[in-house]
Amino acid sequence: MSATAHEHVEDHAEGHHHHKETFITKYIFSQDHKMIAKQYLITGILVMGFIGIAMSLLFRMQLAWPGESFSIFEAVLGKWAPDGVMDADVYLSLVTIHGTIMVFFVLTAGLSGTFSNLLIPLQIGARDMASGFLNMISYWLFFISAVIMVISLFVESGPAAAGWTIYPPLSALPMAQSGSGMGMTLWLVSMAIFIASSLLGSLNYIVTILNLRTKGMSMTRLPLTIWAFFVTAIIGVISFPVLLSAALLLLMDRSFGTSFFLSDIFIQGEVLHYQGGSPVLYEHLFWFLGHPEVYIVILPAMGIVSEVMAVNSRKPIFGYRAMIASIIAIAFLSTIVWGHHMFISGMNPFLGSVFTFTTLLIAIPSAVKAFNWITTLWKGNLQMNPGMLFSIAMVSTFITGGLTGIILGDSALDINVHDTYFVVAHFHLVMGISALYGVFAGVYHWFPKMFEGKMMNKNLGYVHFWITAVGAYGIFFPMHFIGMAGVPRRYYENTAFPMFDEMTNIQVLMTVFALITAGAQLVFTYNFISSVFFGKKGPKNPWKANTLEWTAEVKHIHGNWDGPIPEVHRWAYDYSKTDENGEYVIPGQDFVPQTVPLQEDEEELQH
Amino acid sequence: MTTLLTLAVLILVFIAIWQMTKIFELSQLRTETAQIANEQDNKNNAYLMFAFLIFIYAITIFSFWKYGKFLLPEASSAHGAEYDSLMLMSFVIIFIVQTLTQFLLHYFAYKYRGKAGRKALFFADSNKLEAIWTIIPVIVLAALILWGLYTWTNIMDVNEEDDPLVVELYAQQFNWTARYAGADNVLGGANVRMIDIDRANVLGLDEADTYASDDVIVKELHLPVGRKVNFKFRSQDVLHSAYFPHFRAQMNCVPGMITEFSFTPITTTADMRQNPDIIDKVERTNIIRAERAANGEPNSDPWEFDYVLLCNKICGKSHYNMQMKIIVETEEEYNEWMKTQQTFGQTMASMQ
Repeated sequence: MSATAHEHVEDHAEGHHHHKETFITKYIFSQDHKMIAKQYLITGILVMGFIGIAMSLLFRMQLAWPGESFSIFEAVLGKWAPDGVMDADVYLSLVTIHGTIMVFFVLTAGLSGTFSNLLIPLQIGARDMASGFLNMISYWLFFISAVIMVISLFVESGPAAAGWTIYPPLSALPMAQSGSGMGMTLWLVSMAIFIASSLLGSLNYIVTILNLRTKGMSMTRLPLTIWAFFVTAIIGVISFPVLLSAALLLLMDRSFGTSFFLSDIFIQGEVLHYQGGSPVLYEHLFWFLGHPEVYIVILPAMGIVSEVMAVNSRKPIFGYRAMIASIIAIAFLSTIVWGHHMFISGMNPFLGSVFTFTTLLIAIPSAVKAFNWITTLWKGNLQMNPGMLFSIAMVSTFITGGLTGIILGDSALDINVHDTYFVVAHFHLVMGISALYGVFAGVYHWFPKMFEGKMMNKNLGYVHFWITAVGAYGIFFPMHFIGMAGVPRRYYENTAFPMFDEMTNIQVLMTVFALITAGAQLVFTYNFISSVFFGKKGPKNPWKANTLEWTAEVKHIHGNWDGPIPEVHRWAYDYSKTDENGEYVIPGQDFVPQTVPLQEDEEELQH
Repeated sequence: MTTLLTLAVLILVFIAIWQMTKIFELSQLRTETAQIANEQDNKNNAYLMFAFLIFIYAITIFSFWKYGKFLLPEASSAHGAEYDSLMLMSFVIIFIVQTLTQFLLHYFAYKYRGKAGRKALFFADSNKLEAIWTIIPVIVLAALILWGLYTWTNIMDVNEEDDPLVVELYAQQFNWTARYAGADNVLGGANVRMIDIDRANVLGLDEADTYASDDVIVKELHLPVGRKVNFKFRSQDVLHSAYFPHFRAQMNCVPGMITEFSFTPITTTADMRQNPDIIDKVERTNIIRAERAANGEPNSDPWEFDYVLLCNKICGKSHYNMQMKIIVETEEEYNEWMKTQQTFGQTMASMQ
């Protein structure tokens, strides 16, 4: 395989008379990984992220001021908000689509799609992905699925409203809920296409990382970003097909009258014919993907944070091999813990015990990662660029959110907090906010790589960061208390229970924080767009990083390096490495890029 | 409310404008490295990191001080005490770890801020350190897992010992129905296919089954204090979840199968109303409700504490209002109440 890679190298090295590119092949049906990364960034993170977050603001307003009339509701929701009062059905739709968009479109496709595409070829030293064509197909399938998901918001009977987990029978029976009609069909079609897109992307990432590494780039010299993308792609390939099967069986139950998930149902005055299926089966299939999915979301963020943090600490990442081992351990364990979403589903309690055991085991590699990050900061020379701030904050929210996982992963304790706001607070901190911080860290850090050397404005970055950091805790920290008070999630309003009356103030507090935090994202959006057009060009290697992407041409060319692909001589983390006399390896420079051969009497450490 | 919103928006717009003018200024003067953090940025943000640590501690303390009283009162079921102590222990561990790790993270961010001339320590690995922070979580988690599994196994062991009362909870969009097993303490056979709305056989009981004829179907759950109750859950349409927060109990109701949960209520509703925490809570709540009444808003009737069963699995439009009142009373009161109820057999006979 490497032979092919090398031929490829020489091919390009000889002459760079490039194929003429038209507007369409350059910007639309591009097969260049850098362009595809930008397409993912704009569709996945900016557009879908905007829709997802905007939805959360709408339902947060309803929670803080239940039944109140807002003209914004009437403007945005139309017939679903008569006189500006949000309808209960559309509340559930908003919650459902918010979850779907944020988990799948923003944090799976947006995150992996952007950074795997951008960084894999650049950091391993490849001209492009193994298959540029499949890569293009992958993006366009994602685009189609996003369009279908957005179209589903406008169907007559309303979009899917059964929660992002779409448990049948609620999701299977249009008579149980209006959103389970056309809206749900479109949801399922959109997700099926999304899965195809994700699989094509993942296979491409795996093949590229295994086969197209440049000379000298052994697996143990890869930056942690690449390790994270690699393992993420593998768990995607293992688990997404199971979701596809669940979606297909559900489609068949809905459209062809099969009984995979349905049995003994009496609804609206009549008995349905379904017999012998089980909703619990669906839950198993869904969470067989659903749990690895949260690691598909968080692992790339962890990889980005590891890289950005090491660069800005001017220190090697602490425990490189332990970091790789913990990524692999987390990925392996993530495929055998799905049952912790189902402790009280009616599943055999003994099975619950097994899942408790495997779930709490995951805390061990997670703890190793957190401690290694903290140690990476220790005695560093921290450069507080916006990417670095988001990386530090990611560790903070990952710890805060992760710790409450000890409670939820414990089957006994889960009984009383299951499906309450405690869960919502937990997963938003540990995978939602943390993964978003990973996205932001990545965008600030690699923006110059995406937009030909232009840099984002750091002061707007600081404003964005500090409002977001405070706001995120302001929303989700008090939320734990609501959950501990027994408030269930997915309630349109809590006024039906006097015992929740006194919690209204917390709801208002959280909503105000949510509005302010969302406002800060507009600052980011403004900064992003204005920097794309008017950003000042920085140095070629602005953060003084070791990895290969900063040796590539600033101007985007197909093939990344104008000359031959650089050869790698060392790992990616020789920051502040000194010789016996305490001098930097390269005098006057605290970093040694991967392309620099070992110096005389320099030892390569077995990291 | 809307003023609050406008205020938030205004502040943000202001910040945006202020920052935009700042960029403009900066872009006029600086060289190309202007967008890379300089020593001043490192310093400012390092101080803010330290302030952020204090913010995290402050919001924790604030939340406990202000919202700690909203947490559920002490458990009203026999297994609840063990549940609560396991929860407390877990929280103690969590808060110790949280306080320490957040301190280290933010303190290091503050202490080791970038400075000219500072040399970072090339410290890539330490097997000893990594062994320490692998083994400590292993030990702590092993203890939690063992305790948790022991508790879980106890709670989930639904058996026939100690003469349990057998009660079926039947879920449908959007209400609950309870069925008592009657004098024989055996529930009659039932299936949704036998539902006959016209004859008021709403739970689909088998009319031919002799065990069914003494079953009692009610819309309010009465439980005798101190007696174990074995619940059997059914659903007729979609997934529901029977959530008894005060009893630390929950189980999903799944169409097509019967799920189980068992607990022993230990505090009567009357006693619970005398619990100081509950008295305080009711007082706080009724102040809010009185204000609503004064403003002519809905949901303003004075509230008296009752146990309640909630639906905790999204089940459709009125999911948020699917509830049933639970009354825990003395054995005598319970027997009195039961005497006044009609059995299924009697109901069917009256339909003839």
